[in-house]
Amino acid sequence: MIEFLGVPLPLFMGQLLIGLINGSFYAVLSLGLALIFGLLNIVNFAHGALYMVGAFVAYLLLQFIGIGYWPALILAPVIVAGLGMLIERFLLRPLHDLDHLYGLLLTFGLALVLEGTFRHFYGVSGMPYSIPDSLAGAQRLMVPTWLTGEDPVFMMALPNYRAWVIVASLIVCTATWILIERTKLGALMRAATEKPDLVRAFGVNVPALITLTYGLGVGLAAFAGVLAAPIYSVNPIMGSNIIIVVFAIVVIGGLGSIGGAIVSGFLLGVIEGITKVFYPEASNVVIFVVMAIVLIVRPAGLFGKGA
Amino acid sequence: MASKTSGNWKGWAQFAVAIAALIVLPFFLYPVFLAKVLCFALFAAAFNLLLGFAGLLSFGHAAFFGFSAYVSAHAAKEWGFTPELAILAGTVVAAFLGAVIGLLAIRRQGIYFAMVTLALAQMVFFICIQAPFTHGEDGIQGVPRGHFLGIVDLESNFAIYYFVLAVFLIGVMVIYRTVHSPFGQVLKSIRENEPRAISLGYDADRYKLMAFILSATIAGMAGSTKVLVFKLASLTDVAWQMSGEVVLMTILGGVGTMLGPIVGASIIVTMQNYLAEVGQLTLIIQGLVFMFCVLLFRRGIVGEIKHRWTQMRGGKDEPAHLSPGKATGETDGAPVTHG
Repeated sequence: MIEFLGVPLPLFMGQLLIGLINGSFYAVLSLGLALIFGLLNIVNFAHGALYMVGAFVAYLLLQFIGIGYWPALILAPVIVAGLGMLIERFLLRPLHDLDHLYGLLLTFGLALVLEGTFRHFYGVSGMPYSIPDSLAGAQRLMVPTWLTGEDPVFMMALPNYRAWVIVASLIVCTATWILIERTKLGALMRAATEKPDLVRAFGVNVPALITLTYGLGVGLAAFAGVLAAPIYSVNPIMGSNIIIVVFAIVVIGGLGSIGGAIVSGFLLGVIEGITKVFYPEASNVVIFVVMAIVLIVRPAGLFGKGA
Repeated sequence: MASKTSGNWKGWAQFAVAIAALIVLPFFLYPVFLAKVLCFALFAAAFNLLLGFAGLLSFGHAAFFGFSAYVSAHAAKEWGFTPELAILAGTVVAAFLGAVIGLLAIRRQGIYFAMVTLALAQMVFFICIQAPFTHGEDGIQGVPRGHFLGIVDLESNFAIYYFVLAVFLIGVMVIYRTVHSPFGQVLKSIRENEPRAISLGYDADRYKLMAFILSATIAGMAGSTKVLVFKLASLTDVAWQMSGEVVLMTILGGVGTMLGPIVGASIIVTMQNYLAEVGQLTLIIQGLVFMFCVLLFRRGIVGEIKHRWTQMRGGKDEPAHLSPGKATGETDGAPVTHG
């Protein structure tokens, strides 16, 4: 067996893979947070709860209507995005002109209501959600012969579904980036972020744009939730577990850039995975430690500007 | 405050009535319940010192409350500290923890400040899960209430209530003196307009840090005292939900008022007592109250009463929200750019 930095290679690669998968969720979630922050100037505390709701919608679709994984992957984000737009229109819009801390507080209350409701009906133990048949199984990955010069050596087992999670989140991140940076709608969103009054003067319905952005952001969270459902069980507390870590990642990356959110999501996921190999006790806190270091060295965040 | 302008004797009379009420209350209500209310009221008052008077929203105050609870429980149980020394130990540790977290958190403002405090508090939570002295999921159980100064036995529920009342009054007096001191005035000026305060020569960061440490210290004092009431320190005290609860108590009662957090804490603790059997409903109701307060009741109970009172007398009115006209969100995050 080949060792890498004193650790068996399959163990190292396995944790790296878990890191990449967690990183996929972190990236999609912080991407949504960054989108929402750009136009609404609030940090969406309910983001984790809506990620959880996304997973539950997929679960309920399967239980009650028999709709499987693939349709749910589209349907659940659309349903949650619709819910999000209602939330923005009726709960967040009245707070738009106030201190932005109120938006944080409101979405915190909303997160408690959502989590409490699902806990009331489903407890905290979690429901299983099986991997779709088309993605069952795993690939045996070998170290390429040109690297070792000998017979192929076993490197890791890569479950198909986990590979799909990474690919899917990369696709969604890229698509969102293209939407924001390369389309007319994205140009309007960027413009409304910079100078909402001016954009409104040009006849653009900025409040509708804001509602749409919130819907898009929480739709992304729901998409991550459906992706996560077969890996972690569908659990009412899955959202609150992940959201605080994502907040730390957002502090590290800064909320100012779409690319920054994606890169720091994957990066921190990998750092967390590697920590699990070399110093497992610290794996829960490593992201917070990185955040503290970034705050000391570069208070504006890795991709942030100004103070 | 009103008491200052309308003659000091009026303020003192109100104070005396309040003290008298607190002294006779345990003859009518269960003393342990009252002691719990006082602990959370002190916790919320400490939190309000930061949000109401310095304009800083910390989402990590459970770290000070809960970690101090562990320290004081450990000191009382394993080292045999007397209750006042156990509380002192917890309080001192909270001050140090407050200095460390405060130094990091004040490097960012507004929404980022809230996220940084939340994340660092979560780190403290994970440390509490793993550190051996906290006994993980079990927590530290069977903490002795001990003898005050080694003499007065606090085992009876009445004794512990009056002990907690004394701690509570000390804490609230410290907060009252701070808010009404020149230091408190500088804090308010920073809250209202930080650039102007800086241009007047105040080192805003130093004032914010001092306020943070003081708030953390008193939150720690509340947590340490709670341990003696319940003879228990557990992960609940240090979890993020606790940070949320103290925010809720404060905004429900009235941010930036002296009495608000105390009223808010009494209501929330009472509500939890009655809803304890129905489990998850507590969470849902707390969330709904949160949303209601933020959307429609931003002055809180005490703030609303004060508002009506000044309106009736045609006095100068304060707006129904934090730091008027000023967005505390950072500007660096606004533009979505290439990256």
